[in-house]
Amino acid sequence: MTTILASLQAVQAEHGYVPDDAIARVAEACNASRADVYGVLTFYRDLRTTPPPAVTVRVCQGEACQAVGARALMRQASDLSSDHVAIDHVYCLGNCALGPACEVNGRLLGRATGASIAEAIQEARP
Amino acid sequence: MTTIYVPRDSAAQSVGADAVAAHLAELLPSARIVRTGSRGMLWREPLVEVDSPRGRVGFGPVTVDAVPSLAQAIADDLTHPLGIGLVEEDPWLAEQTRWTFARVGVDDPLDPDAFEAAGGLQGLRAALGQSPDEVVAAVTESGLRGRGGAGFPAGIKWQTVAATPADQRYVCVNADEGDSGTYADRILLEGDPLTLLEGMAIAGHATGATVGIVYVRSEYPAAIATLDAAIRIARDRGWLGPDILGTGTTFDVSVVVGAGSYVCGEETAMLESIEGHRGQVRAKPPLPAVEGLYGRPTVINNVLTIAAVPGIVARGPAEYAALGTGRSRGTQAFQLAGNVARGGLVEVPFGMTLRELVEGYGAGTRSGRPVGAVQVGGPLGSYLRPDELDVPTDYEEMAAIGAMLGHGGIVVFDDAVDMAEQARFAMEFCAEESCGKCTPCRIGSVRGVEVIDRIRLGEAVEEQVAVLTDLCEVMRDGSLCAMGGLTPQPVLSALRGWPAHFGRQPQEVDG
Repeated sequence: MTTILASLQAVQAEHGYVPDDAIARVAEACNASRADVYGVLTFYRDLRTTPPPAVTVRVCQGEACQAVGARALMRQASDLSSDHVAIDHVYCLGNCALGPACEVNGRLLGRATGASIAEAIQEARP
Repeated sequence: MTTIYVPRDSAAQSVGADAVAAHLAELLPSARIVRTGSRGMLWREPLVEVDSPRGRVGFGPVTVDAVPSLAQAIADDLTHPLGIGLVEEDPWLAEQTRWTFARVGVDDPLDPDAFEAAGGLQGLRAALGQSPDEVVAAVTESGLRGRGGAGFPAGIKWQTVAATPADQRYVCVNADEGDSGTYADRILLEGDPLTLLEGMAIAGHATGATVGIVYVRSEYPAAIATLDAAIRIARDRGWLGPDILGTGTTFDVSVVVGAGSYVCGEETAMLESIEGHRGQVRAKPPLPAVEGLYGRPTVINNVLTIAAVPGIVARGPAEYAALGTGRSRGTQAFQLAGNVARGGLVEVPFGMTLRELVEGYGAGTRSGRPVGAVQVGGPLGSYLRPDELDVPTDYEEMAAIGAMLGHGGIVVFDDAVDMAEQARFAMEFCAEESCGKCTPCRIGSVRGVEVIDRIRLGEAVEEQVAVLTDLCEVMRDGSLCAMGGLTPQPVLSALRGWPAHFGRQPQEVDG
């Protein structure tokens, strides 16, 4: 038995995002209304309705990383933003003893710096 | 042939463990390289261990640049500037009481033979030889309390689930470890997932549940992959499935992955999320133990609660209950995080003071400046001043000073911290992560940010402080769950403990 959330996650795993026309299909598959599906789609931060950029950088802004300069790192990372690179924040990547933590297309960085993020972006670009 | 151990824990990977392992394999082609979980000495990661006749010799932190000289040392006499001696004799590790984390970091977490050789399955075998009531009684006698933060006695919860008539019962493990400063669930899931599955199967036998679900946050992709692999191994070995260890007992486990919502770590929001809905909290009662997942009786326990169970059943509840202090029995996996010199996982019996943890194990701040503040128990936990750290880590003692242990996360800040900024963040975080069900949480948090902004600008500070204090009271009393109910803790503790940071005189502090 599949749930609305699991269905949306599966759509996103396949397409990188949840296209508009998926809402009706998920609704039918889950015996739910389109409003229910839309409600789930807009509740969860991971789910997106537009194609993702080539590189997504998520800079942790949780307290443990704040204590070692995460706010300054966020400002530095923001300068690396471009048409292909999105800079976003996340609350906790579970790397709280080796902060500031950052994730570049799923790759976790510890004791991250502006330079290590820039390097990881270069490696992640197709 | 030399055996070399290199962690593949995410934290170790984040500082280059994969490159170190690859380079070692290249330079020492005849060596056997085993990828393990992390010992929890995170400031030493990547920590490389090498088998020797004396025991396992450690080196860390190893950078790729240090690999050639390390490879030479491994070929010679194991002498190297990064050497830390015998890992298991290192005081930082040796003085801990590794109950739940005994096997983490020692061997390949997905090697079922190594798991069994190191004592795995003893708890499950013992449990299956007992009646469900006896298992529940053992968990109750051990004094085990929920490690998610609330500290509810696990045995009582299991008893309720077992005693509630139902056609189906569930065991749901909460691995939505969203608190900043906590990573013990992740280290266990990546480092010894079979122990969690063993504990879940014991819970299934004890409560009559046949279906187990682990709800893991999406921010932990490596933990999800390791757990999925462990489930397949356990099914192959007959440790999960329709006929566990040939006893006819049925229990199986699946993984549900979260989608980036902090509030889904609240148990009823987690149930909604597992059912595929928006992660909005439910009113209690009914308790999930009576009406939980799909309305059926459900055990909801934290990863660490369940992972302590196999040891309790195998070694007997008395041994576990002999550890700890007051009504906080057993061990707690503390996680030293933030601006701390020796960050890592410290599993010790309850009762050690915060100062021993922060200044002893943690060795003070990473920046070398004095400790300025310590936040215990995640984003909803109080900030403590450096002079408040002599409190023993015990649920009741912590509550008595207006703090909480939560999931055991200890976040250290140095004295450069701006506590008004931290108080603002607590409200901002609540505004972003609130599920929206309760008005005080949904709107109060937004209002809280605005009020703290005015205080930080020095606008009618005392009037704004009065508004903020009122607001916190409404949030505390008028929210269904801990998100709105506990956000006032970091805010008010910052306001009380650091009046100057809010532009106030110390004598103006409200009781």
